Amino acid sequence: MSVDVTPAVGVGEVQPPASGLLSRRPAWLSQNLVTALILMVAGYAFGHWIGNVISSGRVWVTTAAENDAAIVLGLLFGVVGWLLGIGALNYPLAKLIGRDTVPQERTDWTKYFRFSLTHKVVGKQYLIMVLLFFFTGGLLAMAIRTELLTPTTHIIGPGTYISIVGEHGTIMMMMASSLVVGPLGNYLIPLMIGSRRMAFPRIEAASFWLFTAGYFVILTALPLGGFPTGWTGYAPLQNQAGVGMDSYLVGFLVISLGMILAGFNQIATIINYRAPGLTWGRMSIFVWSVLITSVLLATASPTLTIACVAGLLDRTVPTAFFLNVHGGSSYLWQNLFWFFGHPEVYIMALPGFGIVAELLPVFCRKPLFAYRVGAAGLVGVGLLSYFVWQHHLFQSGINPDMRPLFMLTTELISIPTGFVFLIGLGTIYKSKMRFEVPMLFCLAFYFNFLIGGITGVFLSDVPVNVTLHGGFFVLSHFHYTILGGLVFAFFGGVYYWTPKVLGKTLNKRLGQIHFWMMFVFFNLTFFPLFLVGLFDQPRRVFEYAVRLQTLNDFASVSAYLLGASFVVFVVNFVWSIWIDPKTAPANPWDSNGLEWQTESPPPWYNFERIPVVLADPYHYSEPVPVPVADLAPDNFAEAAGNGVAAAAMAGAGTGGASSGGSSAGTQDGSD
Amino acid sequence: MSRSWRIAIVLGLFACAVVLVVFTAMAYIATSPPTVSYLDSQPPGATVHLVMQTDGVVGSATGGAAHPTWVSYRIRTPKTHAWTHTTLVYLPAHSRIDVTIYQFDSGSPLRNQHFGMVTGTIGNDAKLNGKTFKVLNSYDTPNGQGVGHTFTVPSLGINVPLEGNDTSKKTFCTYGPCDPATQLHTKTTFAFTTPGVGNYRFQCFIPCGGGRYAGNGGAMQTLGYMGGFLEVRA
Amino acid sequence: MSEDTGFQPQSGAGAQPPGPGRTPPAGGQPHHFRRMIPIWLALALACDLIWWFVVGPHVPPGDMSTSAVGAQFDFNVLFLAAAPVVLAVWVYLAYAVWTWRASRADAPEPVGGPAARSNFKVQFWWIAITTVVVLAAFVFGTVELIVPAGAGGAEGPNPIWKPTAKHMLVVQVIAQQWKFTYRYPSYGGMQTNTLVLPNNTWIAFHVTSLDVIHSFWAYQIGVKVDANPQLDDVAYTKTRQTGTFTVRCSELCGIWHGAMFDYGKVLSKSAFDHWATTTEKKQAVNTKYLPPFAWTYSPTANGATGATGVNTSGQSPFSPEQHYGATPARKLVRSSLTSTATPTTGT
Repeated sequence: MSVDVTPAVGVGEVQPPASGLLSRRPAWLSQNLVTALILMVAGYAFGHWIGNVISSGRVWVTTAAENDAAIVLGLLFGVVGWLLGIGALNYPLAKLIGRDTVPQERTDWTKYFRFSLTHKVVGKQYLIMVLLFFFTGGLLAMAIRTELLTPTTHIIGPGTYISIVGEHGTIMMMMASSLVVGPLGNYLIPLMIGSRRMAFPRIEAASFWLFTAGYFVILTALPLGGFPTGWTGYAPLQNQAGVGMDSYLVGFLVISLGMILAGFNQIATIINYRAPGLTWGRMSIFVWSVLITSVLLATASPTLTIACVAGLLDRTVPTAFFLNVHGGSSYLWQNLFWFFGHPEVYIMALPGFGIVAELLPVFCRKPLFAYRVGAAGLVGVGLLSYFVWQHHLFQSGINPDMRPLFMLTTELISIPTGFVFLIGLGTIYKSKMRFEVPMLFCLAFYFNFLIGGITGVFLSDVPVNVTLHGGFFVLSHFHYTILGGLVFAFFGGVYYWTPKVLGKTLNKRLGQIHFWMMFVFFNLTFFPLFLVGLFDQPRRVFEYAVRLQTLNDFASVSAYLLGASFVVFVVNFVWSIWIDPKTAPANPWDSNGLEWQTESPPPWYNFERIPVVLADPYHYSEPVPVPVADLAPDNFAEAAGNGVAAAAMAGAGTGGASSGGSSAGTQDGSD
Repeated sequence: MSRSWRIAIVLGLFACAVVLVVFTAMAYIATSPPTVSYLDSQPPGATVHLVMQTDGVVGSATGGAAHPTWVSYRIRTPKTHAWTHTTLVYLPAHSRIDVTIYQFDSGSPLRNQHFGMVTGTIGNDAKLNGKTFKVLNSYDTPNGQGVGHTFTVPSLGINVPLEGNDTSKKTFCTYGPCDPATQLHTKTTFAFTTPGVGNYRFQCFIPCGGGRYAGNGGAMQTLGYMGGFLEVRA
Repeated sequence: MSEDTGFQPQSGAGAQPPGPGRTPPAGGQPHHFRRMIPIWLALALACDLIWWFVVGPHVPPGDMSTSAVGAQFDFNVLFLAAAPVVLAVWVYLAYAVWTWRASRADAPEPVGGPAARSNFKVQFWWIAITTVVVLAAFVFGTVELIVPAGAGGAEGPNPIWKPTAKHMLVVQVIAQQWKFTYRYPSYGGMQTNTLVLPNNTWIAFHVTSLDVIHSFWAYQIGVKVDANPQLDDVAYTKTRQTGTFTVRCSELCGIWHGAMFDYGKVLSKSAFDHWATTTEKKQAVNTKYLPPFAWTYSPTANGATGATGVNTSGQSPFSPEQHYGATPARKLVRSSLTSTATPTTGT
């Protein structure tokens, strides 16, 4: 089923009623963010009580003077309360007792604070949420750099420092795994594949509200005393940590569930909801990247779920999955965590590849070079990412004789990653580059990611890894790939698609200031940290060698200015969207993308008719313009004489057949 | 809504966010324990008498400890002689420090008997209840109570084991702050010389953060309980 | 299918029809690569030469041990390969941004079509070259790992790449929250606060932990081994110079992770022997209470009752003499310290 042109199932969910609201309850009574918060607190209290009933008085609880079961159950019930309060469970619960639900989709502004089934609303909700994650983690990063201003005098105590480091890492990892697939994926994928909706709107919304719950759960770690393990949560330090560790485990558990749901939903949507004629070969490269990312999300995250469950059992029951001394294995956590963790690294890279490859042709006015190699590169990176996780364990003592193999797989992954460079560099060849703000971010992506990728080869070399492992060199390396790669691409995407999503253009001058500050100070922050790592500073230390103070201070000051660049972005965003809005042209970048072929912002139904896709969106600078799609496929009969349309019909027919057979709607007439 | 109204609203919200963040950060940093200063209790260059106690259960009587059941150090404030629940102390640089530690906790074998040996003190020895010793066999100390805690400053090479107490005795201190005048304790004294200005961490090498893996959770990983800084100032 | 040309399999560069999109090498068009390549070559050569002769010899971890020398050499070789790659992309990007910017007055219109969509030759050579470079890096890395006996990295409890040297000094590194201590089985099983090593000697580090995971990182002598509870993790290196080195913990181990460092020393063989014998005497008062030497220690290891640390293979108490040959290790080390023969390196 590659084609679905039927209107969304349960029209009432997606289609706002012509007059007012369907729900009979007044707006302030129906489920919203406030009811969710109330039920979350109530759920926490309930779970805490149950946990106390079960475990208080147990020897490990009294000696530790902390009751993990109460905290864990409190957090879990808090999440359940949150989902109940927002209305995520209305439908399944009603179905369980054989009743129908009252559709509650609203058209007023309150829809943004509710369980919305509209993919465009969920996309915007995601955008605000990932930015909240990002800025929270960013503030914590400022605190880290403040402590590292001096080698031995301490502004923040060592315990608090470790908590902040762990909190920063965890929040940023949670953010980065949804940074693109969440907001841009949910909003744009249906538009890019010519669909009116995602495959599973309820699952889509549930994944967002789980993601949001994860934010609250991980924030509780700070008042609960923090966790000392960093974002990797290594056991048995994990078993030793205080109750803040429970927030980490429950947080990642909740986030991983959201990731699995989001991944499956994207896969189902991209496979099944492509418009007629949208063959695999015509799909936007961004859609390809989201598809591969989603496969990783759906298949790698369960490992994290299991690891978190085992960790929680170790801390509450208590079992001994990760305790060598009781027959468990501390390597088990490392293996489970990195078996998720390494695909996760590519979950945080692939969407960035997709965005830059999507944007370059628009601003170069040239087709994407070697499209198929690019798509193959994404698939290759996705596949190989499952076979490299033990390079995180090179010095751990496990499987030392397997290190050459993992060195090989790790280095092999740079081949498909190189494809992404090939398509980028090939596209700008003899092009006509317009240095709009999104284009600046794309070029910066190539600059940064190259450094991030090359330093990865140094780390993959086991003898060199002996010196670099666990130090600031590693830290710089992955900040270059995630912040320098994904986040740069994300901001490029935000500048590029804001006119589409909100119908307003972001201020170009402020955008340029944001870009140049971010680009310059990002490099000035993290390049010195490569040297810091090479000169023996391990990660997550609150004390360091006095001789490294100059480099650290330089990085800290640059980090503050890097942080300031995001203030410029926020000012720009608020100014251009709300304070002094300027209506954007319908297609300001003159893009061929299918998402730009409908109004901006798109109507709730996205496309008036399901379009018939005629070509891939990269036909720039061709002698005869090639339309990307027929947006009014009813005119087909008239257009039959037109050679282009006829060819497209043929293409559409084979496309449908090649990816599963059944065709619907307009295609039936033409076959 | 006019543009100036919108700007005002945004600035107002931004100010709220800044206040919230600053308040949270300050509140979080304020949880840091207090510091006891030994800087001006004596004339410059004179010997400083640092007095500490180790309690098996810190109690909530003074200091408002967040975890009243945890094990903890306490430091005696010079002049007032009040026991402060903290592990942060200022000491003068290049001075002789005479340390007295009243140990009220019970004892156990060390995980690593290496820390049963006195090192880094003047004379490489210490006095247990007035009697000089170089090593405590933590499996079988002079009074058979094992080692309660150690006072260890790794970067200065200082390590002094503190003998444990018999919990069955009537005068055993069940919660702090404990009174050396009336309650069961061992008294360990030793001396060392402070180096130049700097922060020197001290900790305990007995796995005394019970209830957590390897006994090193909770109190062992929290500033103000079983680990802290000797901050040497000019 | 005319719209699908971009996705037709390319049967080869020669087979491509010179369609309208294909730019003929017109006389007016500059040959871009003829301009880029000299710039790139000059920059790459300068960069590599400066690195190899000026920067390279000072690259950490230095040359205090064989594994440090190996790590430095490998880093430099990788840099020599990486710099031209990075410069190629940067030169291309800079050239492209300058030459093909839309704001240029005489900017030619880009040409779309099949030729702009793919080019078999370019794609083939790109893939071929990256593959060769990657495989070369793999072969180089593997040789550099195996030949110097594990290159100072962790080899687990049963190393397969061992030095062939007859005489080795066995040092056990015991990690605990939050300090490393060192045990010398050849010197009565004494335990010390600082790590002292003899020069020109193969050292077998046996690293274990008493609580959580730590990582023993002897920076200047190029050794990094994770310390796992109840596990023995081995690494080898051969000291080459006397001097001081830093030992840091490089795996997050809790609140004092950042303060878990000390300084080790490499002494001449005679100075080491003097230090070891006097320290052994000084430590004897405490050594007698320590649990018998074992590769790992259980939490109940007890010197008083003789309840020993249990090593993972169940041999307890473990004898390093059995592990490293029939002669008692102490005598082996002693003879190596006086021996003039240099132990050879091998797999």
